Amino acid sequence: MENSKTKNPFQGTKEQENELMKLIEANKNEPGALMPLLQGAQDIYGYLPIEVQTMIAKGLDKPLEEVYGVVTFYSQFSLNPKGKYKVSVCLGTACYVKAAGEIFERLERLLGIKGGECTEDGLYSLDACRCVGACGLAPVVLVNEDVYGRIGPEDIDEIMAKYKE
Amino acid sequence: MYRSHILVCAGTNCHSGKSDKFIEYLDEKLLEHKLNEEVKVVKTGCFGLCAFGPVVVVYPEGIFYQMVDQAGIERIFAEHVLKGRIVDDLVYEESKKHGVIEPFEQTDFFRKQVRVALHNCGVIDPEDINEYIAVDGYQALAKVLTTMTPQQVIDEIKASGLRGRGGAGFPTGLKWSFAAAEPAGKKYICCNADEGDPGAFMDRSVLEGDPHVLIEAMAIAAYAVGADEGYKYVRAEYPLAVQRFQKALDDARAMGFLGENILGTGFSFDMHVKLGAGAFVCGEETALLTSIEGNRGEPRPRPPFPAVKGLFGKPTVLNNVETLANIPRIIMEGADWFAGMGTETSKGTKVFALGGNIVNVGLVEVPMGITLREIVEEIGGGIPSGKKFKAAQTGGPSGGCIPAKLLDTGIDYESLAQVGSMMGSGGLIVMDEDSCMVDIAKFYLDFTVDESCGKCAPCRIGTKQLLEILEKITQGQGVMEDLDTLKTLSTHIMENSLCALGQTAPNPVASTLEYFWDEYVEHVVNKKCPAGMCKDLLTYTILPDKCIGCTICARVCPVNAISGKVKEIHTIDEKCIKCGVCVDKCKFDAIIKV
Repeated sequence: MENSKTKNPFQGTKEQENELMKLIEANKNEPGALMPLLQGAQDIYGYLPIEVQTMIAKGLDKPLEEVYGVVTFYSQFSLNPKGKYKVSVCLGTACYVKAAGEIFERLERLLGIKGGECTEDGLYSLDACRCVGACGLAPVVLVNEDVYGRIGPEDIDEIMAKYKE
Repeated sequence: MYRSHILVCAGTNCHSGKSDKFIEYLDEKLLEHKLNEEVKVVKTGCFGLCAFGPVVVVYPEGIFYQMVDQAGIERIFAEHVLKGRIVDDLVYEESKKHGVIEPFEQTDFFRKQVRVALHNCGVIDPEDINEYIAVDGYQALAKVLTTMTPQQVIDEIKASGLRGRGGAGFPTGLKWSFAAAEPAGKKYICCNADEGDPGAFMDRSVLEGDPHVLIEAMAIAAYAVGADEGYKYVRAEYPLAVQRFQKALDDARAMGFLGENILGTGFSFDMHVKLGAGAFVCGEETALLTSIEGNRGEPRPRPPFPAVKGLFGKPTVLNNVETLANIPRIIMEGADWFAGMGTETSKGTKVFALGGNIVNVGLVEVPMGITLREIVEEIGGGIPSGKKFKAAQTGGPSGGCIPAKLLDTGIDYESLAQVGSMMGSGGLIVMDEDSCMVDIAKFYLDFTVDESCGKCAPCRIGTKQLLEILEKITQGQGVMEDLDTLKTLSTHIMENSLCALGQTAPNPVASTLEYFWDEYVEHVVNKKCPAGMCKDLLTYTILPDKCIGCTICARVCPVNAISGKVKEIHTIDEKCIKCGVCVDKCKFDAIIKV
């Protein structure tokens, strides 16, 4: 997955930082603490910018490169913030053979961003995901929690029209 | 006693179709009509017929309602529940085939299935431990702890012939015996529920539909090898499965099936859930264990095998979800019963996630040895919209494409490997004539390049090279020599990669080269994509006899590549980016791709 450096400046708050510190404190002596911590931190901030990774590295007394290595290894972790509307297109095989690739291209053009990116106004982010397991509904597009299944490229405009401002 | 049960599927597929709202609605209505003592609503796991979800089944009649929506559930309540009249038009088409409405167990989709691992899926409420106990749940654990020695348990599993269902097919009993042979001390049982094959959802359905069977099986495994701690590694993309499993753990602990001194026998075992974070390579056992330890999930060379040196350096058994789901049944019914199903080398059943261009998209469990043709044509209901079957893909990114002429291949580990594919974890994607095999190979390679961990060069560099050559071919830049390079390179990658990801990554290329050679040649020599998938080899044209000059295509074209005046025939020029918007919008089918 795309995990390029983000263009959006870090805007973490003191509350978020306190929450993260509490999480680090609670987890740091557990075996294999890094992954659950990163998952928790992503819940707090919505993504894992370098600023957050630095705090975790300090808290666990690990080198930053090790934290960065884990973050960039797994596709679930994102260095980019997510939009208010998180659009994900399932590109698992079952969806792919039902034209999900075309749907994804359509969305890239419509939103003007590539997979893994977020629009500058922070409204939309677009991701290709690997199988949400709803193959019976293939092809599947998710906008936040809303599931759209059995759709075609021609339905995209209508679906996205529901998510404005 | 209830006079009637309404089973509502709450697997991910049906859940996405808002089936949880139906349960709320039914409960509310039953209460309102004071029928809550007579009729029970059960929230079940996956029935398997996902293509027709959301699914509702009413017992005792066994009437299978398909594609139910809010209006549908209201009618089912008003007609079937209140008045006993079956709502004909919502009934699953197949069960009406013989003029009368038959119970769903007798339809083609269900008739040939044998449910062992999926025994309880779609039958019990996965969130209620009492329902699991009512269908003899935790009996196998009790039997093992009170009447069998660890060695007897291992012998029983060995005798059953059960092999790992994650894909590689290593004999489960043998794996257990290796860990059991290690000196007593700290040992772990781990369960791989990080279903990474895109297009497969067997494990998810077990986790969602029957979570307790896994807890029971892991406890049995722990007893057999002498472990006291377990880890379940679950895909984070399966929130519903994680939530149900967590609840099952809490309930099992409260009931004394997990924790200290289980059932008063002195045996102790407990487990944790670890969430994966999306890495296909974590399906490889050493990579998965490294990931549980909190690191990048990179594999390491074996030996030492995890049974000797696994999680945190201790002896570890790692089993797949489906493998474990078979264990309690084997203990209860006996090894002979299990070994009585299947073929010489592959015993029991296998669960497949049927997907792609097939009528009955869903989950099926079939005895080993059944042919692909029976699965695709009978159980799967064939290819929709009268199109022709082209290939069946098993084993996901590690498997191959099986052509029509090999459809009579029986399903077992050896036969599938012989035709250049593999059993894999159970993804079975059917492709029709509209799928381009070169494009499919490219699709899988794109996936493996993305998911290769980068540790060893053959996989990291080799798969990238394969992908680049495939891209060249689909763009119409290929030469015949490329096809030879693809073959040689595939062999090198298979022979030299560190782990199974790299060793199997070229399978989609190798198998399509073998069975669909002509299609590759067509791309390379004639620069044509017969299936019409490879964009660079297509052009869009407007049919002069169909175009009425309505201008709609010119207006929707994002790059102004279409010109023409009102009521005159339009044309597409070279600015066309082949996005297909014009085709969707043309009401006269006047635009075609050639």
